[in-house]
Parts: sequence; structure tokens; C-alpha cells
Amino acid sequence: MSTPILEMKNIVKEFPGVKALNNVSFRVATGEIHCLVGENGAGKSTLMKVLSGVYPHGEYSGDIIFEGEVQKFAGIPDSTKAGIVIIYQELALVREMTVYENIFLGHEITNGLTVDWNETVKRAGEALKKVKLDVNPALKVKDLGVGKQQLVEIAKALSRDVKLLILDEPTSALNEDDSENLLNLLRELKNHGVTCVLISHKLKEVIEIADTVTVLRDGKTICTLDAKKGEVSESILIKHMVGREIDNIYPKREHQQFGEVMLEVKNWSAYNPALGRNILKDIDFNVRKGEIVGFAGLMGSGRTELALSIFGNPDGYRINGEMFIKGQKQHFKHPQDAIEAGVAYVTEDRKSDGLILIQDVKQNITLANLQEISERGVVNTNAEVKVANEYKVSLNIKTPTVEQKVSNLSGGNQQKVSLGKWLFVSPEVLILDEPTRGIDVGAKFEIYTIMNRLVKEGMSIIMISSELSEILGMSDRVYIVSSGKIAGELPIEEATQEKIMHMATN
Amino acid sequence: MLELILLYFYTKRIGRITKVKDLNTRNYQILAVALWFGGELLGAVASALIIQWWIKGPLTNIFLYVTVYLIALVTAFVFIGFLETVLSPDAPIVKVLRQNVREYGMYIALFVIMAIFTITTRGIFISSRNIVNLVNQTGYIAVLAVGMTLVIVIRHIDLSVGFLAGFLGAIAATALVFWHLPIFVVIPLVLALGVLAGLFTAFLVAQMGIPSFVATLAGWLGFRGALLLATMGTGTIIIPDTAFNAIGNGFIPDIPESGFLPGVHKITLVLGILAMVVFIIGAIDERSKKQAYNFEVLPMDLFVLKLVFVSAIIGTITWVLAGYKGLSWTAVVVLIVTLVYHFITTQTVLGRHIYAVGGNPEAAELSGINVKKLTYVVFGSMGMLTALSGILFASRLQSATTTAGTLFELDAIAAAYVGGVSAAGGVGKVVGSIVGAFVMLSLTSGMNLMGIDISFQYVVRALVLVAAVIFDVATRNRAN
Repeated sequence: MSTPILEMKNIVKEFPGVKALNNVSFRVATGEIHCLVGENGAGKSTLMKVLSGVYPHGEYSGDIIFEGEVQKFAGIPDSTKAGIVIIYQELALVREMTVYENIFLGHEITNGLTVDWNETVKRAGEALKKVKLDVNPALKVKDLGVGKQQLVEIAKALSRDVKLLILDEPTSALNEDDSENLLNLLRELKNHGVTCVLISHKLKEVIEIADTVTVLRDGKTICTLDAKKGEVSESILIKHMVGREIDNIYPKREHQQFGEVMLEVKNWSAYNPALGRNILKDIDFNVRKGEIVGFAGLMGSGRTELALSIFGNPDGYRINGEMFIKGQKQHFKHPQDAIEAGVAYVTEDRKSDGLILIQDVKQNITLANLQEISERGVVNTNAEVKVANEYKVSLNIKTPTVEQKVSNLSGGNQQKVSLGKWLFVSPEVLILDEPTRGIDVGAKFEIYTIMNRLVKEGMSIIMISSELSEILGMSDRVYIVSSGKIAGELPIEEATQEKIMHMATN
Repeated sequence: MLELILLYFYTKRIGRITKVKDLNTRNYQILAVALWFGGELLGAVASALIIQWWIKGPLTNIFLYVTVYLIALVTAFVFIGFLETVLSPDAPIVKVLRQNVREYGMYIALFVIMAIFTITTRGIFISSRNIVNLVNQTGYIAVLAVGMTLVIVIRHIDLSVGFLAGFLGAIAATALVFWHLPIFVVIPLVLALGVLAGLFTAFLVAQMGIPSFVATLAGWLGFRGALLLATMGTGTIIIPDTAFNAIGNGFIPDIPESGFLPGVHKITLVLGILAMVVFIIGAIDERSKKQAYNFEVLPMDLFVLKLVFVSAIIGTITWVLAGYKGLSWTAVVVLIVTLVYHFITTQTVLGRHIYAVGGNPEAAELSGINVKKLTYVVFGSMGMLTALSGILFASRLQSATTTAGTLFELDAIAAAYVGGVSAAGGVGKVVGSIVGAFVMLSLTSGMNLMGIDISFQYVVRALVLVAAVIFDVATRNRAN
């Protein structure tokens, strides 16, 4: 094995009541692509925060050896100076600033006192060339798509002479094309001598790109696998991650007869005044009782907008078309109307618009249906705890108590809280937007199992997903959305990845 | 009897401190009794000395003996609790304290400030007369702070409340003096105008999408002009109405003197005892309901301690007030506002929705909460409380002046921040803000009594504001 660029030895990091990292050792060889995998809550993010100085020296025990020297980072600036850059899932770009301003934010090129903008633009152009991003550096970041923003982040890292680039779930927000581009870029960077650590839940891309894989579980290093020796495969990774073998990540569901049409939408169009264009055009679809209908498509194809326009239209689109709930024509003016009519929407981004992170589990679970546990406007807090505990058990939410703040839970458990909140309104039609984004295999399996239970009990589910395997594994019927239109409808028996991708990209 | 019951509770606890497993040995029992009475003796001697120093003579009054005894009991509790904190970090009392350090911090700060001023002014600060003055001075800021708490919780701010209060006070004065309207018409009228003004702000903020800082800055300018306009003809408007002026200066009536407890305000005493009883019954009811659900409750001894402690505070305040002229009308208004808003924010669906909107407006909207409607409710309530503040202030001065309300808004905002309201929204308690208002006004009052120059007073208040927020931020981070 070549010399390690980074060695983390016996790292222990404790939070009150939890040992997040328990004697973790992690070794990255110079010039490799090293993937770090593990379930949510396994300690990946914590380990990276220790490395980058978010948790400064002294708050953890153990040694960080970078380029042969023991490092004692007091904060992110120290680790950046040493050449370690982390790019998080939630991008750290200033949306209102231009691409070149962002790239040199924090290490501006100056001549004396003032910023040398000409040099900045020139060097930004060079950095963008390295990441093969062909955009005008004078554009504002907010005008770029997520995939391009990610590349800008990488360009920013490269402009700082990065030696170790760490990417936390870089592809979770990208469509398949953008993901592929990113992986190719990483390979190229590797040829230029940049060492890369990739944290990912997408095992396929891990297998595709990794030289070495380290698996964490429950705050411990389980094993380090070498791809060249053929030690890496999906089943092996899953086995190490969950500590058990999962034969099929999509639990089986007995095929059943579907009932009446619960939700039907006809000639549905929406105009977004903020963008000044039509975002949905002539959409027709329906969902029957007990059915899971998948909505496949690329990022930005309009699936989330479709869900929002149905769910009370909180963003104020101008809508044309008709909607029927159980055959009754309905018009929702506010999400409240939709909830009352039996429609629930579990949002795509649980942190920004799904949960109230500073409140606890019980308050989040009851938020959408406080009437249920109130009498004349007064909340029965005891009943609330009882309800929350019921969902804690039935959804297997891993939290010491329901008084725990949601921000302290792992991604998978946050998603379960979000789900619990919407189950508590006892909906008949449940819209799930990317229900398993950024959560681990074990939690995914649990969520799929819950979905199966719900449809068996007669609920109808609309599942929006960008993961084709999830669409194919869980749906009874698939609609493919492209550029705000329904590009096609396939019964599950006829659906294949190729067919869906073909429709989605046309 | 009480001693024995408490001792019984404490044997187990002392066992945990001393790490003795078998609690039935004779030596252990002696140790427990010694520790308990040691703590009590300590408290008794210390408090007796302090009281003797204070009244400059020997203890002669039965009331003082009881005080000494109660202080001794509390000291014993604290003593044991302290040992436990140091020696046994898993103890329930430590857990409770640690979980609630932010909440209790406020009360401790107020207590410490009051104790310091009581000592430095040799008891003048805690005299009935001064406390009543303090309450009456704090009243018009306290009601504003309550409204401001909700405004800040939903991530807005209201800079217009100071001059709006001044303006509405002037309207009240004009209505009484020039329009000759009776008081029972004037007060509802002014409150309604306040609500209207608040709704207009909400219209600008929620409907037009103007940032609240800007919208209410415009209100600050506009209402200042309106106040000058309203007082233009006459300058200061003197209010002759005694009923109106009683709101800021008067006291609740008492039953006529009958020889029983002379010089003590009987109705105030009765109300105080009633409050104590209601609190105790409420707490016991709450506890038994929790137990019926099999939820965790405070350990029995801590629960009793809490009851004793809160009752003692209510009792002390009642005694202090009853010894003078009784409960002032301002205190009644502040109490009612506090109770109503505390109830709304902690117990009702409306309150939950307010905190949800503050915590994450997008998530709240998607959970079926009408954020716009709620913005109207919160600013409307702010407007009503502003009107109340204006009435309290005009009544206290017995006149409407051209500068009434100047800087009230910033005092109210400071009170809210000192009281633990988070500038980021979603966090903050009504009672905290009330305590914050009392902290800030206690500083002013105490330093005035000590004869400290106004320039230093501002600096001290600045330091307290910063310290309170630092404490808040630090404890919040640790809680995460």
C-alpha cells in the first residue's frame, strides 16, 4: 500500500449519552478514491466533522495525521489551510453572488487593498475549465442548476490547492447524467493527484468508482475493502453496513385488487408567476385505492411542482384544470383544505420544509392534526405524548424519548417522524416526495415495509422518486414526467429502466 | 412532623451521596440525620444573623422566627442538593436542573439582582412602596414585551409600538377630555384602534410582503407624526378623570378596617392565598394526570420542594404588597395579560401554530397552517397590547404628552431578549419576557435608589443584556 495522506487513529467522539465514534480508525492512501459508507447514524458525518475541525481538537480523542504530521485543527480554516476541503450535501455557495465571486470567497485575490477582479475572473475561468463546466463566471449561482452548482463548489476547492477533497453525498441531488459527469470528473482529478473521499449511499456508484471502501457501523470501523482485489460488491457492502444480509431491499407485497379511483386530475396546467412560465401542461393521471403509483422523471421535470399544485398550491401558481377526490370535484385554496379532504404530502426536503428542527419529536408528529388531541382549542399534552409514543413504536423511530429535538435525530429517523406526522392526519391519499433520499439501506427497507402496510390497509400512495430501482421495486404503475408533462404511463409489468429513461429524457 | 417526612425522603438521597448500600444500619441513620440537621442549622444561623443585622436588633417577632425556620429548611434542601450535585451527577435533581438551566436562569438572575439591591440599599429596594412602584413602572413595558415575544417568535419585529402607544394614549386623553366620552367607552375604543393599527402592519407584512423591520419603521415615523398632531392644539393633555388615572396609580379596594390584621390589605391577602391554592391544586392535578398516562413526573421530594418554593414566592410577594396599599391596578392588568398569553402560548392550538411558524414557516404552511392569517393574529394582538401600554402610561402620568412612548419599543425588545426569546424565531416564552422586563426595570430602580449616575446605568443595563443573551446562546448550544 502506498503512503497514506491521511490517517485517523482511534478517534472517539462522545455526545451527551451517545458515543458517536467509538475508536474509529480511517486511513486514506495518496492518490486514491476512497469511499466511506455506512447506514445513517453510523458516524460518517461526525468523522468528517472531526477531520475538518468542526469539532475542534480537544473535543475528541485520538490522532489525526495528515501528510505525516499530527494535526490539531481548531476550526475549518485550519483544515482548509492544510489542504482538506469538504463539500457538503447542502451546498455552501452564496446564491446571490456570481460564480467567480463564490470561487474565491474567503481567499480573494488582491493587489494590495482592493480585489483584483480581472485576475479573479481569469483564474475562475481556469478553475471552471478544470471541472469542465462551461458557464459564464459572471452568472449568479442561483441561476445554475444543482449539478452545475456542485461543480462550482469543486472548482472552488481546486482553486485552493486542495490535497484531500471530501464529498458528502454529492450525487443525492443530481440526476443520473449529472452524477455520471461528476464521477468522471473525480476520476480525472485523481489522475491529477487529488485524493478523494466520497461519502455515498448509492452503492452502485461506490462500486463503480472506489479504489478502497471503508465501512462504518454504529460508530466503529467495520472493515476496509480493496476494490482491486475484488473485495467490493453490493451484497458484501450491504452485509457489512447492516450487519445482516438483505436478500431483497424491496419487501414483497401481495398483489391485490385496486378499489375505486381516489384522486384524479384532468387537463391540469400551472403557471408560475415567479418564473413567468408554465411549469405544468395538460397533466392527466389517477390513483386508485390501495395502489402505489410511481412518478419517475429527472430533477426539475415538475414532479414536486405537480404535488404542490395538488396539495393546496402554497406557492401561488395559476392553475387550470380539474381535480376529483373520490369522484367529487375539489378545489383546494390552502394545504389545510387538502388535508381535510384526506390528502397528505411528505415533502422532498425534510429539513427545509418538512420538519421543525428546533422542536421535539412529539410536537412535529402532531403539528398537522392538533385538533385531534385538542378540546376547544386547548391541547392535551398528555394525549400528545401518548400519540407520539405510538408512532415511535409503530414506525420504529430511534430516539430516547419523544421529547428529543428532531435536529438530534439521524436522517432516516427524521424521515420517519415526517411520515408519522402525515400518518397522524389519517390521509386516504399519501404523496411521498423522494421518501428515501439520503437515508440508509436499513431505514429504506423499513419505510418500504411501512408503505406496503399502508396500501394493504387501503391507503393510496403517490411516490415521487428519482431512483429508478425504487420506482421499479415499489410501484404498481408508473407515470413518467418530463418538462412538466406526462411523457408516458407504464404498468409495472412493462416498465424497465431503459423505457423510463427513454421517456424521461425525451 | 414535617421534618420527619422530609428526612424520610432524604435518607435515600443521602445514601446515594455517601454511596452506602445498606440504608438500615445505625451508623448510616446517624449520618443522614447529622447531614440533614447540619444543613438546617447552617441555614438557621446564617439567616438569623442576616435578619438581626438588617433590623438592627434581636429577633422578637414570631413572623421572623417562622422566616428563619423556612430559610433553614430551604438551606438544608439546597445543602443536600449541592452535595448531590458534586458527588453524584446522575441524581434526579441534577438532571432536572440541567434540563431546565435556561428556564431557571432567568429567575435566578432576577433573584440575584433583587438580593444585591436589597443589601446595597439596606432593604429599601424590597420595601412594599418600592416594589409597588417597580410594578407600576414596569407595567407598560411588560405588556409590550408580551406582544413583542410573539412577534419575534414568528420571525418579525415591531418598531412602531412606542409611538403607537403614545399616540393611542393621546387619543384616550382626547376622548376623555374633549369628547367627554365615558371611560368604559374610551378603553374598548382605544384597544380596538390598537388592533386596527396592528392589522394594518400585518397587511403590509403578510399581504404586501414588506419586511417587518421596514414596515414598522414607517409606522414609527407615521405614529410619531400622529402623536404630535394629536397633541398639537394643547401640547400636554391633562387627564382629570380619577377612574382612568387609577389604572396607573391606584389600588384595588379593600374591605373596611375591622380591627383584624390592622394595616394589612385583606383582599390582596385573600387573593394571594387563593393564587397559592389554585397553583397547588393545579400542580397536583397535572401530576396525577401525568401519572394516569404512566409518564415520568418529578420525584415526590422535588415536587414538594417546587410547591413549597413557588408558594413561598407567591406568599412573600403577597405579604409585601398587602403590607402597603395592596395590589395595584397595573399589577392586576399585567397579571391578567401574562396569564392569558401564557395559557394561549403553552396550552392552545393557536400557540402551537405560532411556534411552528416561527420554527419553520415553510413546514408550517405545508402542515396546513395559514401563515398569513397567523401573522394578522400576532400583529393584531401586538396592536391591542400597545393600546393597553398607551393607556397604562397615560394613566400613570395622568396626562398625554408629546413625547409619550419614546423608546418603549426598544425597551420591550430588550426585555424579550433578556427573557430568552431567540432572534432566529420559534423560541421564547411569555413569562420569560415578563421576567426580562422586571430584570431591566429592577436595574433602573435599584441603581436610582443607590444614586448611581444615569450614564453608568445605561452601561450596566447594556452589560446585563449582553450577558443574558450570551448565557442563552451558551446553554442552547450545550443543550444541542
